[in-house]
Order: sequence, then structure tokens, then C-alpha cells
Amino acid sequence: MNSMKVINKKNILILIVIIVFYAVAQALINNGTINNFYEITLATICINIILAVSLNLVTGFTGQFSLGHAGFMSIGAYVGALINMEMNSTSGFLAGILAGAAAAAIVGILIGIPTLRLKGDYLAIATLGMAEIIRVVFLNMDDITNGAAGLNGIPRFTNWMWLFIFTALTIILINNFVHSSYGRACISIREDEIAAESMGVNTTMYKVMAFAIGAFFAGIAGALYSSYFYFIKPSIFGFMKSIDILVIVVFGGMGSITGSVIAAVVLAVLTTFLQSYSELRMIIYALLLIVIMIFRPQGLMGTKEITDLFKIVKKNEKNQ
Amino acid sequence: MLEIKNLNVYYGVIHALKDISLTVNEGEIVTLIGANGAGKTTTLRTISGLNKAASGQILLEGRDITGLSAPKRVEMRLSQVPEGRRIFPTMTIVENLEMGAYLRKDKAEIKEDMEHVYELFPILGDRKKQAAGTLSGGEQQMLAMGRALMSRPKILLMDEPSMGLAPLLVKEIFNIIKNINSEGTTILLIEQNAKMALSIADRAYVIETGSIVMSGTGEELSKSDEIKKAYLGGD
Repeated sequence: MNSMKVINKKNILILIVIIVFYAVAQALINNGTINNFYEITLATICINIILAVSLNLVTGFTGQFSLGHAGFMSIGAYVGALINMEMNSTSGFLAGILAGAAAAAIVGILIGIPTLRLKGDYLAIATLGMAEIIRVVFLNMDDITNGAAGLNGIPRFTNWMWLFIFTALTIILINNFVHSSYGRACISIREDEIAAESMGVNTTMYKVMAFAIGAFFAGIAGALYSSYFYFIKPSIFGFMKSIDILVIVVFGGMGSITGSVIAAVVLAVLTTFLQSYSELRMIIYALLLIVIMIFRPQGLMGTKEITDLFKIVKKNEKNQ
Repeated sequence: MLEIKNLNVYYGVIHALKDISLTVNEGEIVTLIGANGAGKTTTLRTISGLNKAASGQILLEGRDITGLSAPKRVEMRLSQVPEGRRIFPTMTIVENLEMGAYLRKDKAEIKEDMEHVYELFPILGDRKKQAAGTLSGGEQQMLAMGRALMSRPKILLMDEPSMGLAPLLVKEIFNIIKNINSEGTTILLIEQNAKMALSIADRAYVIETGSIVMSGTGEELSKSDEIKKAYLGGD
């Protein structure tokens, strides 16, 4: 099989694109073209990409409608921040990310097993409730999380390099998962759960697996967030945050990783640009979303990936 | 090969299957006919593990599988073509067939079986890369059958393969069912189209409001007056 070969033309090309992209952005940061203000946008984009791509695995590919992604993000944020505050070093930062992600994944499994028996709207409500419970727990663990006032003075280790590494890793790993036989099983559940089960797919296991992997990466995003913005409080991870992530996924296309990436970039740039029109900002933002969903209800990319576009171009060349 | 003893199934308080017993011997085509809501699909779903039995036993090659999950039963080579076809619409034909072989690891043999499916259904072979959702109803039915065959079933359960198809296509589908059977796959066929089903079945059972009310060979039942009156039309 071709995909078994790690060093092939396609992978080398992808690697070069990744390195060039990183180097260009780094150069722009160094010479000041991307100033501090734009760097925040850049960080937001990276964190949102991780959140959206991981939610897309659950909602877009596996078809399980989740409104609780911010809950998993908050677990990563708090666990990461607490560890990082104890161990003020790069290894502490990385340990915090791993522990935060693992904690989120474990909670994902524990919550996924009972709730993933529900379907559609019921699952959405259950995951929404779950995220609220997590938020309220953090709110009331005063001794550890400092309650509503939040954690302050989290050491800042998140920079462009780490953001880039974790974003790239998230995209690559989830992309590989989606294209593996596990991913195929997840997609078959989205397409027709009963048919998947009668093909021998253990639907409960794959749903929980997708949920846990999604939670894992949301945990990473949370830990990166806390270390970038110094400060976290429970209200950051409320219902609206989950909706924000879902909007990116739906806007980009449920079942398209490329779509999630593009949508995260477009929406972050849009928000930054609209910052100068503070009163009108949310109105314009909402109107744009409505207009786009009217004209492209399947999202920007539908279920297509950027690699599909290359295939179409190649086909056209052949036909000519 | 497949033996069902005193099966009872409930939906909430509704007693959907009442003490159903039936047997399918190796190499046979057995059909279960009956009207809408008689319990045909429930019977099939219970055999394949999608519904739970309240009491009774399901034996596959002498082994009790009543408590096993649906995927475990597929592993034991009990496969089904579900009601309404239920293909995976955005996947291609090839991907759908690969899903049928989901539990198998033998790549070379899977490939062989896929070629065999293309022989049985040439139209699928012509459109390998087409999204399954864009196929016509008849083609989707063929895909659903091909997909079920990809698990190399010893016994194949089919739920109303003729549903919603044009009469000519129905004939074709039934011919293919006969072919599949002659290649050694045992078949339990559930049908509303009693005439067609009885014409290819070795034996048949008639189900009415959750109970088996009659059984016999296909020929016997198609000559029975009661069956003629209730299911075949005419006098």
C-alpha cells in the first residue's frame, strides 16, 4: 500500500509547506510586521484550529452532536495551569499540557460511555449539561482554582513555536485517524448507525473513542490557552465558548479538516478586523454567518478536503 | 444451521414476538412472510442482535448466540441486508463494500470477494468510485447485498429486498438471491412479496401479529387456499 510509505513525494511536499509556513510567520514576528496585537490573533487562530478540528472529529466525522467542547478545554486549561504554576519551566509546561489533555480524555471517556447512548438533540443537551457541570465544579473548588476570580499569573510558555507544533500535530494526527480504518468506522456511524452495527462495527466503542480523542486535543488547546493569556476563570469556558467552536466547525464544513482550519482563520481575522466597530461588531458577524449559511449550508468546504481539489485539477488535466 | 426457540420480544409493553420458533437448515432458502407490522423485521433484528430478546434462544450452528452483540454475530458469519438498504451514502461503492468486510483482515481474499461481487452485480463494478447515495434504488439494493456478502456469511438475513423496486428489477434481485444460495450461502428471506418469495423458497413460515401461524415447503404454501386469499391475491 502506498500510504504505508512514510517518505514519499506527497509527505515531503507537505513537510516543506509546513516548514516554509512556520519560517515565514516567524520572520514576520521577528521583523515586527506581526506585532503583539496580531500575534494574539495568531494565537487565537491556532487554539481555535485545535478546538475546531478536534470537535470536527466528534461532530463532523462521527456524527455525534456535542455542545460541550469548552468543558474539555477548561479541564486542560486548569490542569495545565496548576501544574505549570508548580513547575515553572518548559518541561513543566509540556507536562501540564500532557496531563491536561489526559485528564480531559479520561473525563471524556467517563462522560461518553453513558451519554453517547443518546442521539441528536438529546446528546447535545447532555453534553451541554456536562460542560456546565465541569464549569460549576471549577467555580466551587475555591481552594484549588480560586473560584470565580480565576487563576492569575500563569507562567507564559506558549509562543508561536509551540502553538505551531501543537496545531500541526493535531491536524496531522486527526487527519491520519480519519483516514484509518478506525476513522472509516467512525464515518460509517455518522452515515448510518444501524448499518454500521450490522457490518460488525462496535459503535459504542468508536463513539467513545472519537469523543475521548476530541477531548484530548481540546485539553491541549485549553492548556495552551492558559499559558498564553496568563489568566483563566470559569466563565471563559461557558456555553458561548462551545458555540463558538461549533460555529467554526459548521462554517468550515462538518467532515472537512481543511474547512475547520480555513473557518478558524477567517473568523479570527474577521473578529480582529471588526474590533474597530465595537457596537456593530456582533451584528455584522452574525449577519455574515447567516448569509454564508444561506448560500452554503454545507459550510465552506462541505466534506471536501484541500487534497480533493488537487485530485479534481489532475483529472481535468487528464481529460484535456 | 440457525434455530430459534420460543423467542419473545417486547417493545415497552407491546408483545411484538410471541413464542416464535423456526429453523433454517444449511443450504436452504427459508422465507418468512406476513403483512405489515406482523413482526417480520423484529424477528430479523432480534436474530442479528439489533433487538434484545426477552426470553427464548437463538442457536447458530448449535451455539447459543442469544446474549451476543451484533458485531459478535457478524464475526460468526451471520450477516444481514437491512430493511431499507441502509447503504453509507457519502462513501463510494468500493468503500461501502470494504465496510462489509470490516471484521476481516485477509486483504487478498477481500479483493477476490470484491471481484466476485462485481461479477454478480456488474453495474457496481462500472461505478466503483461513485458515491453510493447517488445510485438508484435498485442499485442501492444490489450494493446492500454485495456489502453483506463481503463478510463471507454462512447465513444471510435479508429484509424485504424487493421493497420499492420495479417489477423487472424484483425478478432480477430474486434471481441473484437464488445464485447466492446456490453458491453455498444459507438464506433467511423476509418478504411482503409473498408470491416471489414462495417461488424461490425451500421452506416458508407465515407470521401474523407476532406468532407463526403456518409453515411448510414453498410449494405447499403457495397452493394453500388461506395463503392465496390472504397474501397472493386472486381466488
